[in-house]
Amino acid sequence: MGKPSDLVQGTLDLLILKTILLEPMHGWAIAKRIQQLSGEVLQVQQGSLYPALHRLEQQGWIKAKWAESETGRQAKFYALTVAGRKQLEAETANWNRLSAAIDLIVAEV
Amino acid sequence: MRWLAKLRMQLEMLFGRDRAGKQLDAELRDHLERQVAENIGAGMSADEARYAALRSFGNPALLREQARSTWSWNWPEVLLRDVRYGIRTLNRSRGFSLIAIAVMAICIGAATSLFTLVRSVLLRPLPFRDPDRLTMIYEHFRAPAFNKDQFNYNSVAPGDYYDWHTKTHGFEDMAAWAWWNFNLSSQSGELPEAVTAAAGTWNLIPLLGVQPALGRSFTEAEDQPGGTAVMLTWSLFQRRFAGDRSIVGKQIRLNGKPYTVVGVLPPSFVYPTAIMQLWVPYGSIFGAGSPIGPEWLHYHDRHFIHVVARMRPGVSLADALGPVKAVQYQLHLQYPTAPVAEDVAPRDINEDLARDVKKPLLVLMCAVGCMLLIGCLNVANLLVARGAARQKEVAIRGALGARRLTLIREQLTESLLICAIGGAAGILLSLIATKWLATSWKDLPSAEGIHLDAPVLFFSCGLVVLAALSAGLLPAISSTGKAVFAALQASTRTAGGSVSRTALRKTLLTIEIAVTVVLLIAAGPLLKSFMRLRTVNLGCATDSVLTLSYSLPQQRYDKPEKVNAFNEALLERVRALPGVLGAGLGGMPPGSGPGSDDIFYVVEHPPVRPGDELPDAQVRRADPGFFTAMQIPLLSGRLFTSQDRGDQQNRVIVNRTLAARYFAGENPIGKHINVPVYGTANFEIVGVVGDTLYKVNEPPFATAYFPEFAGVGDTRISLAVRTASDPLSFSVPIQKQIAALDPEMPVDDVLTMRQIIGQSLGNQSFSASLVLAFAVLSLLLASVGLYGVLSYLATQRRAEIGIRIALGAKREQVLRLMLSDGLRPALLGLVLGLAASVGAAQWIRSLLYGAPAVDAWVFASVSGTLLAVSLLACLVPAWRASRLDPMQALRTE
Repeated sequence: MGKPSDLVQGTLDLLILKTILLEPMHGWAIAKRIQQLSGEVLQVQQGSLYPALHRLEQQGWIKAKWAESETGRQAKFYALTVAGRKQLEAETANWNRLSAAIDLIVAEV
Repeated sequence: MRWLAKLRMQLEMLFGRDRAGKQLDAELRDHLERQVAENIGAGMSADEARYAALRSFGNPALLREQARSTWSWNWPEVLLRDVRYGIRTLNRSRGFSLIAIAVMAICIGAATSLFTLVRSVLLRPLPFRDPDRLTMIYEHFRAPAFNKDQFNYNSVAPGDYYDWHTKTHGFEDMAAWAWWNFNLSSQSGELPEAVTAAAGTWNLIPLLGVQPALGRSFTEAEDQPGGTAVMLTWSLFQRRFAGDRSIVGKQIRLNGKPYTVVGVLPPSFVYPTAIMQLWVPYGSIFGAGSPIGPEWLHYHDRHFIHVVARMRPGVSLADALGPVKAVQYQLHLQYPTAPVAEDVAPRDINEDLARDVKKPLLVLMCAVGCMLLIGCLNVANLLVARGAARQKEVAIRGALGARRLTLIREQLTESLLICAIGGAAGILLSLIATKWLATSWKDLPSAEGIHLDAPVLFFSCGLVVLAALSAGLLPAISSTGKAVFAALQASTRTAGGSVSRTALRKTLLTIEIAVTVVLLIAAGPLLKSFMRLRTVNLGCATDSVLTLSYSLPQQRYDKPEKVNAFNEALLERVRALPGVLGAGLGGMPPGSGPGSDDIFYVVEHPPVRPGDELPDAQVRRADPGFFTAMQIPLLSGRLFTSQDRGDQQNRVIVNRTLAARYFAGENPIGKHINVPVYGTANFEIVGVVGDTLYKVNEPPFATAYFPEFAGVGDTRISLAVRTASDPLSFSVPIQKQIAALDPEMPVDDVLTMRQIIGQSLGNQSFSASLVLAFAVLSLLLASVGLYGVLSYLATQRRAEIGIRIALGAKREQVLRLMLSDGLRPALLGLVLGLAASVGAAQWIRSLLYGAPAVDAWVFASVSGTLLAVSLLACLVPAWRASRLDPMQALRTE
């Protein structure tokens, strides 16, 4: 495997929501966290990260706040909203159903 | 709660857009700097770290756009940016923009005006209750001779209407009306006035479902011979009575007789046309003091009324009409030798009102459609040409990350801007043009109701969008394809644009020219007949002849002696005026319409067999001096003398057509004719005169002239005066002579013979010249297109031509090269257009004029004109190319 896998279509939203479930984070940290947690397998392209963050914000699932970051500079921190929490549950359930189904097929072989 | 958050977000995006933009930039910068910091941490040098971060980050501008595109209110922002960008680029090449906008303004303006007319004349419902259930009923002769013009709606005879109305019950109701004229006497110092009026049955206004604006409509009791009620139209009420409401119940004097105003019609009531001034009860025009007596109510052979019927709900027209047809056929059998039609024909009331303008309007719509197409092709061609010039810019923008859709959208915005600005200018233009059209086109019904309104504006906006799409899409797609990146690789010395784009431009040009040819060929016959009309010979003097009309009310001129006394005194006074070469009285001047025609019998001939065509002649009157004054030649026999009156009045003069048609191979002089409408008297033919035309483009009709000095009152008399100098300057002196004889006598239709010919030609020549104008405009547009494309090609090939000249090519060779390059699409278009015309124009013309022959004259002249115009359009850029200074051409770029 030469380069890190591209994300499965439509799962980026789920990953972002899950990543910021515990604490608000800025964009860079979200990308890094996804990369770390996936054992460097998943690499989020900046080209899709920021459009996704802005889309989720427009949808009302996450909200943004400017705060001082660990480097001492102002950064935009994204946090889950109540609606986002529900959306995360829905997307998680959906993902579980989907991956279980794929597992079933793949396990057959 | 989510909707609240979303709403807050939307408001924030709407009002805090700049801040959000700055924050986005800050966010992305922050990310980039963290990446750089990480890279340095991993051991890269500062520069290396930055480059690596930028590489992984991608195109920041593109990234920003992608993030922004998820924001709400993105589309108006994008639109605004596109528009701003479009205006900037259009502003940069003003010449191009102005030409394109002007082309669109003309096309959209013309289409809007025409659509306004079509809508108000053909599409707008009449201001009546349930107009769909109204129908006109006409008499219908089955003989082929009556049907040759595809117009077989004959006015109805009062007796026929009476029988239909009383004997059939298929319709909810049936009403009748007839044209009429009155002299409206002065009341308090106004001038006496001749007014166009109509006589309608008492049930007509209720049947149409019209509420009088003031007062009431007629009662059944008023609808009788001798009735003296009158309703004013809104325009007369406003114009002559200044909208004074107290006029209702008062009396006005018509033909010297008092009539009581019972009501005023609403402004929307302009039926049958806007020139109608007042209405009287139908029955009132039959009877004492009128040229038609009460017995006319039951005549079956004198056709002059119009019948309107309202259908019952749920009863089909055919079912309702069945009994009427039966009654009419019975009448026909009852009067086999009289002109009583065998059948009746219904006619849609809208179509009836639109009369003869429907065809010209459709022809014009076709012409405007063609012109619009040519205009769009033209703008498309200009855009393609400009696309070629902007090739590099587009390529650079594409390389910087602009998506193809964005590029197409931007170019479309540009063509939309051109069309929108052009459309706005066009709508302004059409406001003026429509007003002018409505006043110059006299045949148009409801001319007062013609104005721009919301649906017309919608139509124009639709046209603008359609034009923008059709003009912009092709160039936009062609100039943003993958191939554009080749422009970046190409050296600056490459000669001209890509081959495919040049081909596209030439194809567009070819289509444009082909459409122009079709339009020109379709308009050709119109031009031809138009030129023929201009040089027509009416058969009488037409230069320096003034005519005017008056009618002597029977009220005061109740005896032939009184009528003759006035007429003779007037002739004597007019002939004594200095500069008058001749004066005569007649029923109506030549060229002013068909007037009335009547059936006659030649006494010396055997009776006409049933089923044969009945002899028919137009009826005119003439005083002894009329033919001399009008310079109508006497062919045989004699003219009238002043003795042809009283018991000597049973004389008649016929024209050459009547003599040739009904007295073939015999001498008509001394024969007698009987006109049943005039009673039992036989008229002796004393002379034969030359033909005059009753209408400019119609063949001469059999005509019989009766002596004016029979002294019939209440009929229209027309005075014709031939003068030594400008005839119009005689109108006031002649009117003074009339006022001196009778101050209450109104005069109307003061026209020179030239004006009468103009009027008779008027509408035909008007619509013909409009089509012609569109054809010429299209030719102009096509030549502008040809010129524009060719000059672009020439500027693009400057370097190439420079090299050719530098290498020794002769100027003539360059000229020939450029000419052949431009003329090839023109020639191809011409050939294609000619081929298409044989099919399409043939079909259109046979549909519209019933004249299928495509004649060589039109083909030759269209081809010649087009070639000459194309040559001219090609010559300028070609000549300029051949004069190129090679050194300068090679040094530029």
